[in-house]
Amino acid sequence: MSGDSARALRVLDPGPLALIEDLGRPGHAAVGVSPSGALDRGALGLANRLVGNPESAAGIEFLLGGFAARFETPAWFAVTGAASRLVLDGRPVDARTAVHAAAGEELRVAQPATGMRSYLAVRGGIEGEAVLGSRSRDTLSGLGPPPLTAGDLLAVGAEPGTPVPAVDFVPFLEPGEAVAEVRAQRAPRADWFTPDALDAFFTVEWRVSADGDRVGVRLDPPRTPSHAAGVEPAAPVLLERSVSRELPSEPMVAGAVQVSPDGRPTVLLADHPVTGGYPVIAVVADRSLDAFAQLRPGHAVRFRHA
Amino acid sequence: MRVLGYGDSALLVEVAAAGVDAGAEPDAVLGMFRALDRSRPPGVVDLVPAARTIAVLLDPRVLSPAAARAWIERTAPEPPAAAADELVELAVRYDGDDLAEVAALLGITPREVVDRHTASRWRVAFGGFAPGFAYLVSDHDGLRVPRRATPRTAVPAGAVGLAGEFSGVYPRSSPGGWQLIGRTDAALWDVRADPPALLHPGVEVRFVEVAP
Repeated sequence: MSGDSARALRVLDPGPLALIEDLGRPGHAAVGVSPSGALDRGALGLANRLVGNPESAAGIEFLLGGFAARFETPAWFAVTGAASRLVLDGRPVDARTAVHAAAGEELRVAQPATGMRSYLAVRGGIEGEAVLGSRSRDTLSGLGPPPLTAGDLLAVGAEPGTPVPAVDFVPFLEPGEAVAEVRAQRAPRADWFTPDALDAFFTVEWRVSADGDRVGVRLDPPRTPSHAAGVEPAAPVLLERSVSRELPSEPMVAGAVQVSPDGRPTVLLADHPVTGGYPVIAVVADRSLDAFAQLRPGHAVRFRHA
Repeated sequence: MRVLGYGDSALLVEVAAAGVDAGAEPDAVLGMFRALDRSRPPGVVDLVPAARTIAVLLDPRVLSPAAARAWIERTAPEPPAAAADELVELAVRYDGDDLAEVAALLGITPREVVDRHTASRWRVAFGGFAPGFAYLVSDHDGLRVPRRATPRTAVPAGAVGLAGEFSGVYPRSSPGGWQLIGRTDAALWDVRADPPALLHPGVEVRFVEVAP
């Protein structure tokens, strides 16, 4: 117990992975620091707005539900991102709206039916020591607060001057069953690939692989009919290069689609390395990146010219 | 110099023009990096130097890509002479596990490896790999060795290595594939310091041999 009236939240169960994230720490790439921050920035920003916080306040990003916490002191909160059923002390409450919790009440978040990451914003924001101007956990470099564990007591900041806005309903588009359309632009090294490879990149149906995290998400090439028969075909190299020499290290950005020597693309996310030696064929548009980061392994993706 | 679109909110500046002597490229990038850094308008979120290119990251709500492009195109790179205004000396014990192999790869003695390393004028060209890790370049090719065929799962903090045309110092323990020739006790990364990295682009580095 905190033993005083300090505003706080106790983590009861972090689920598979719960991290403190804000909008990250851009501006330090020259010394090797990734931007980091929430993967679904729109969802964190919305959660913060719903409780009257500045969009840059730190919240909790948790993967695939299973998260539970107790409000040690009364607090307004909102949960956004991947849609999960929320239960506050035994009663269902709504996502994407501000909810008030009394002291001692426990929030439990079920596993979402779709999407990867949800965001919990608490009015006042999650406090803690900022590193280079941000409280975000950078999983690549280990900067920022460590992943949350059961029993962690998180300090909550003072109530902001702005009121909790009255919002009854926030429209929300879940990642559906259909092929996700992701807007992307050709990158400066697109001409390191054959015309067929560039064409294939923007036409074939990729699949989100299980090889993904906050650093990046690998994509699998399209399934071929022989998969259905249980035969493992030799993977076709779809993204063949026309320039085979080694690329001197180049700056990387969130959304950059790097192609490794086996011809497979990886979409870099917020904890990406700041420089890299694999050519970038395209860059996912900012407006598509939040939704891309919510796609689960197996989801089909098609890139469209931005 | 070419300025290319790099997604919605970044531009990629190709600094080193085709035909430029490869050895001059890091200085050309540093000169442009310095010039951009000193004249950066509001809306520039970050400047990311690399081997031959610089990414300019924008907040497009504040600075449009077109306005950023105009700024970059009218910015003249600073001359190489002005590029190094800070000198860092690193004391190194040259007892790295790969020193003998590096010497064998180069066809020289371990003593000559150490002499070349300490005699070189190294400059921080760019960062990457880990916070505080700096890719150091020199004026010569005399220490160019390939990465190890099999990376180590754990390289200790302070390890001094070589790979390709670069030298570097591991700021903390991590996996790594560079050829290790020595180690230093210098603190390369401190989040409370400003700047947090001892070695940041433009810094000149000299390695000084100390007894193991």
